[in-house]
Amino acid sequence: MQSADSINTFSSEDFLPLKQVKESVINQNESLDYWQGSWKKLRANPRAMLSLIFIVSLVSFSLFGPLLWRVDPARQDLNQLSQAPSMNKQAIVVDTFISWQPENLFGDQGIKHLSILSPAHTSSVKLRWPINPEADYYEIYRHEYQPSGENDFGLPLAETSKEENFYEDRLNLEPQTYFYTVLARDGEGKLLAYETIETGLEIAVSKKDAEKHLQAGKWKKVSEHEGVLRVELSSHPMGTDYLGRDMMARLMEGGRTSLIIALIASLLFVAVGSLYGALAAYIGGQTDNIMMRFADFVIALPFLLFMILLKVSFGIRPGESGIGVMVFSLVILSWPGAARLIRSQVLVLREQNFILSARINGAGVLHILWKHLFPNVLSLILISLSFAIPSVILTEAFLSFIGLGVVPPTPSWGSMCQEGIKTFLFHPHELVFPSVFIGVTVLAFNLLGDGLRDAFDVKAE
Amino acid sequence: MKIFILKRCLYGLFTVWFIATATFFAMHNVPGNPLNDEKATSAEIRKNLEARYGLDKPLYQQYLIFLTNMAKGDFGISFTQKNRSVNDIIKAHFPVSAALGFLAIFFAGVGGVLFGALAAHYKNRWPDYLLIALVVITISVPSFVFAALFQLALVNLNLYFDIKLLPIAGWGSVQHMLAPSLILGLGTLAYLTRLMRSSLLEIENAPYIKTAKAKGLSESRIFFRHRLRNAVLPLVTVLGPAIAAITTGGFVVESIFAIPGLGKYFVEAVHQLDYTLIMGTTVFYGSYLVLMVLLVDILYGFVDPRIRMS
Repeated sequence: MQSADSINTFSSEDFLPLKQVKESVINQNESLDYWQGSWKKLRANPRAMLSLIFIVSLVSFSLFGPLLWRVDPARQDLNQLSQAPSMNKQAIVVDTFISWQPENLFGDQGIKHLSILSPAHTSSVKLRWPINPEADYYEIYRHEYQPSGENDFGLPLAETSKEENFYEDRLNLEPQTYFYTVLARDGEGKLLAYETIETGLEIAVSKKDAEKHLQAGKWKKVSEHEGVLRVELSSHPMGTDYLGRDMMARLMEGGRTSLIIALIASLLFVAVGSLYGALAAYIGGQTDNIMMRFADFVIALPFLLFMILLKVSFGIRPGESGIGVMVFSLVILSWPGAARLIRSQVLVLREQNFILSARINGAGVLHILWKHLFPNVLSLILISLSFAIPSVILTEAFLSFIGLGVVPPTPSWGSMCQEGIKTFLFHPHELVFPSVFIGVTVLAFNLLGDGLRDAFDVKAE
Repeated sequence: MKIFILKRCLYGLFTVWFIATATFFAMHNVPGNPLNDEKATSAEIRKNLEARYGLDKPLYQQYLIFLTNMAKGDFGISFTQKNRSVNDIIKAHFPVSAALGFLAIFFAGVGGVLFGALAAHYKNRWPDYLLIALVVITISVPSFVFAALFQLALVNLNLYFDIKLLPIAGWGSVQHMLAPSLILGLGTLAYLTRLMRSSLLEIENAPYIKTAKAKGLSESRIFFRHRLRNAVLPLVTVLGPAIAAITTGGFVVESIFAIPGLGKYFVEAVHQLDYTLIMGTTVFYGSYLVLMVLLVDILYGFVDPRIRMS
């Protein structure tokens, strides 16, 4: 029963509606230690678990992918440059170049419309059109889109005389759709008439190439009739880059580069920072003061500028990757963050009784650090690791993008972006794939970090 | 307050000294003699450079010469560009970067406050979720991807409307600045949005808000006079790091949008191993950032009296 006095000591909080208590995921009767409890909480967090599954599959994609997808990331498929993602692409086998000499093609020959001789492929497109009796000469244009009017025919290819009512186009043909337009003009250059025709081009491969790859079993024969052989080319599920290299193989190899840099650098600088912070806090006093002042100075260094400066400083010339130096610079410049975090935690821990009793029992500094402090800050270390990795991935991408990180021919996701942006307007997949990999990886690690923070129930800044 | 400012300034000065020292020893560590490089072939140039930097003198004297030059604001002569001093290059190209950076900060600040307030207003409803999702995507994807996508969008928009809405790259007019500075500020904008949202939600039930409500003030007045003012405060603290991020972010944005800023020059200087230009710009950028952080600190001291007390 409450006494009369306590009725007057109601505070405003007593009149707030009761909050619905969220059911704890941990069964109170079950006895779990800290790690088991945290793991259980993490498992109940769908976002964190999804991220964890994604990270595991990503690492296996980079590490074990090459075992399944046995394509050399450096091999160039010159028949498929900058190909969009495709499977089982077919190609037509053509003879080595024989110039089109259609002596018997002069004259009308009953042609009614502009037409294209089948098959049209990337080696040559053959056009014929009816003779216009008033025409003095013809102009041939090629466009990638449907021409929108008389000023929009696209790329001028050639002019032919009035007797020549045929043309063979061999200029930089790509396996795509083209719109050919033939213009008839009179002696004064006046436009008499024009006709447009649309055609899709097959990939053409040379006979020699086909024989070689068919023998090696890399290509498959699809059909052969009327002397025209069609083959199936090597598949590139994620397309190829501008040098014809398989994007999937490169993404695997690039992932290995990016992830190895991220993992090693983060592990090292979190370890160095933790040790530094723990030592500073444990020793305390003036030493702590000086040590943390120094850490403050290192934080004040402009990060990316010094990443670049250190690269130059270790004699890594432009055009060299210097992955070791990059990891070293990351460690040198990034440790103070972890040091501050761990120090603040150790400052609290060192005042506690279990440390005191360890000291009374004559434990040395290293013993206390390793046996008593380390297990208590391990959760913090794990959290800072999972936030450190994405920031290193982004740093690597940024540096590689401006050509001062991992440089070609070594693939990393950042350097692949740098190569991809050059042809981005025409072949977006070369930029999109590596940047999606970067983005999703960073996202996954960040979400995992959030999940870990909730699971360990730590108040981190 | 005076003591607070004085302390901050002294600390800033120490930081600049630390940056200059680190730069000097980092560059001294470069293997080989930079003057033996094919870059500075002529004997006269070599002799002049040696005399100027005291390369024949012992290390500590070189260091002193370097420090006095930096203190005088003399950053030396470019290694690769004839008859051009590093000061000239900084003078010519830094204003471009600074203008771009400040516009980016402006976009980031205004956008961050606006979107953060929107997200907090629609807390746990779809506009909030949408904004948070956008923020997360923006933070996870590197800025050059957005720059490329933005350029692609501009090309298509310009084609579609058949007029030049905004130039795709280049420098010279206000229109040229809009797209790159927006991209440059995007990451900071996302970060500020998240911060603004959480800071608004934190003060949702603060006593002074309750008082304002109890007084019967209108929603908009409470928002502008009480919520907004207090929620914006923590945003000022991250302005310093934000300026640093935006300044270095300029390296990428300037080269994608073909802007003649100092960031682009710095990257080119590294590619050409123009040692003096690298040193000069590093120290200059470092001091600039320290100055900016200092100004933000002092500003924050003015805005929030609790800071200068502690």
